[in-house]
Amino acid sequence: MITTDILIIGAGPTGLFAVFEAGLLKLKCHIIDALPQQGGQLAELYPKKPIFDIPGYPSVMAGELVDNLMEQIKQFQPGFTLNERAETIDKLEDGTFIVTTNKGTKHHAKVVAIAGGLGSFEPRKPLIENIAFYEDKGVEYFVKDPELFRDKKIVIAGGGDSALDWSIFLADVASEVTLVHRRNEFRGALDSVEKVQELKKLGKINLITPAEVTGIIGEQHVEGLAITKHDETKIIATDYFIPLFGLTPKLGPIANWGLEIEKNAIKVNNALDYQTNIDGIYAIGDVNTYPGKLKLILCGFHEATLMCQSVYNRINPGKKYVLKYTTVSGVDGFDGTRKEAEKQVVKAIE
Amino acid sequence: MAQDITVKITDREGVVHEVQAPTDMAMNVMELCRSYELAPEGTIGICGGMAMCASCQCYVLNDVALPEMEADEEAMLSEAFYVKPNSRLGCQVPITEALDGLEIELAPES
Ligand SMILES: Cc1cc2nc3c(=O)[nH]c(=O)nc-3n(C[C@H](O)[C@H](O)[C@H](O)COP(=O)(O)OP(=O)(O)OC[C@H]3O[C@@H](n4cnc5c(N)ncnc54)[C@H](O)[C@@H]3O)c2cc1C
Ligand code: FES
Repeated sequence: MITTDILIIGAGPTGLFAVFEAGLLKLKCHIIDALPQQGGQLAELYPKKPIFDIPGYPSVMAGELVDNLMEQIKQFQPGFTLNERAETIDKLEDGTFIVTTNKGTKHHAKVVAIAGGLGSFEPRKPLIENIAFYEDKGVEYFVKDPELFRDKKIVIAGGGDSALDWSIFLADVASEVTLVHRRNEFRGALDSVEKVQELKKLGKINLITPAEVTGIIGEQHVEGLAITKHDETKIIATDYFIPLFGLTPKLGPIANWGLEIEKNAIKVNNALDYQTNIDGIYAIGDVNTYPGKLKLILCGFHEATLMCQSVYNRINPGKKYVLKYTTVSGVDGFDGTRKEAEKQVVKAIE
Repeated sequence: MAQDITVKITDREGVVHEVQAPTDMAMNVMELCRSYELAPEGTIGICGGMAMCASCQCYVLNDVALPEMEADEEAMLSEAFYVKPNSRLGCQVPITEALDGLEIELAPES
C-alpha cells in the first residue's frame, strides 16, 4: 500500500504545482494519473503550442512548462502511479482515505486532492458493434508493452501521429503490420509519413487506404477484421486490432464518489479552501466549479496553494504556520537539498 | 456597428435553439455553442478549437455558404465518427455576417 499525506488525482499543471506548495509545508504527495506521462492537457493536447498567460513568461511551450514544473517539484520527491485511473474511494473511521485504481493499486492518504481537469483521458472507440467483447482479447487501445505483439499479426487503424509512429515501431516487432486509414493523406509529422511510405515499399507495412475497419471476427479472441474499401468488404486475418483515434477526457468514476457535481465539474467551497461536500476531499483546477470559476492554469496554481494551507491546518490542528517567502526562507527539499538566495558578500571598506 | 446574426442549433437531445451570435468577437460556431451552454462542459471544444478532437462536429442543415474546408479540418473529419457529407467542425467556422440564418445540428458525442 502506498501511503502519503496528500493523494493528488491528476498530474496536470494544477496537481504538479500542488506538490511544490505542499512540500513547502513539509507535506508529502503522491499523484495518480490515467495517462502514461505527466502534464495533463498540456502534454496530451498541445505540448508544442505556446502559452502566453503564465505570469513572468511572455511565452512558454506547454511541454516546457510541464518540464519546468517537474524540475521544480523534484526536491519534494513525489510518488507517481501513472497509467492507472483512480476508480474507488473509501473513507476510513479515522477520516483518512483509501483510493484504489482500475489496476488495484491502493493508496492510503490523510487527504485527497482531485486535480482531474476535464477527467481521465480515455481512448475514442470506433463504432464497431461488438468491439467491447474483444477488449483485452485482441483489441488494444494503447501499446503499453510492444512485446505483446512480437511475431503476431496486427492491424492498426487511424491517421494521426500515434497510428504512424506505432506502425513504424511495430514493423520490426510484429510478423505483419497493416495500417488502415479512411484517407490516403495522414495527419502526422511529415517524416513519419515518409517513413511509413518507405516501409510500405519494403513490404514491411501493408497500407490499406482509403478504407475502414467495419467488423471484428473471432470466437474468443480477435481472429480477423472486416475491412471496407470502396463499398467492398474483405476479411483479413489478424491477432490484434489497435484502433488509435485519440483520447477524450471523461469525468468517469469520480462522478460516482458522492461529490456534488454541477455541469460536469465538482462543486467546491471557494470562499475558504476548495474543499468539496465530503470533508477531506478537495478539488482544484479545471475539475472544480464555483461562482466566477475560470479554467486557466493560473487559477489552478492559486487554488492548489490555498488548498495546501488548509490541508496543513487540518493535519496539524492548532499548530501555527506563518506564511514564508521562499526568497527569504529558502526551500528545503525532502531529498536533503536546500535552495536559498545567495548571501550578499559584505566587504569592508578600508 | 457589427450586427448580430441568427443561428439555429439543434442540440444532442434534439432541442432546437435559435441564438443570436455576435460577429465582432472573433467567435466560431463551437464557441457559440459553448457560450449558450448547448452541450455539457467537457463534451464540446475539448482541443480548444485546434481541429484535433472533433468534439465540435456539427451537420449543416441548410444551404448557407460556409468558408471552404481547410486541410486540418478535412483530416480530422476523416478520422472522426458519425461523419456525414454535411459534417463540419464548428471550431473551424468563424461567425461572420454571411452566416446569418445558418441551421446546424450537433453530431453525437464520441
Ligand atoms: C488547446 C488548449 C489550449 C489552452 N491554452 C491555455 C492557455 O493559453 N492558458 C491557460 O491558462 N490555460 C490554457 N488551457 C487550459 C489549461 O490547459 C487547463 O486549465 C489546465 O490544463 C488545467 O489543469 P489541471 O491540472 O486542472 O487539469 P488537466 O490538465 O486536465 O489534468 C488533469 C489530469 O487528471 C487526470 N485524471 C482525471 N481523472 C483521473 C482519474 N480518475 N484517475 C487518474 N487520472 C485522472 C487526467 O488524465 C489528466 O492528466 C488550454 C487548454 C487547451 C485544451
Ligand atoms: S474543438 Fe476540437 S476539433 Fe473543434
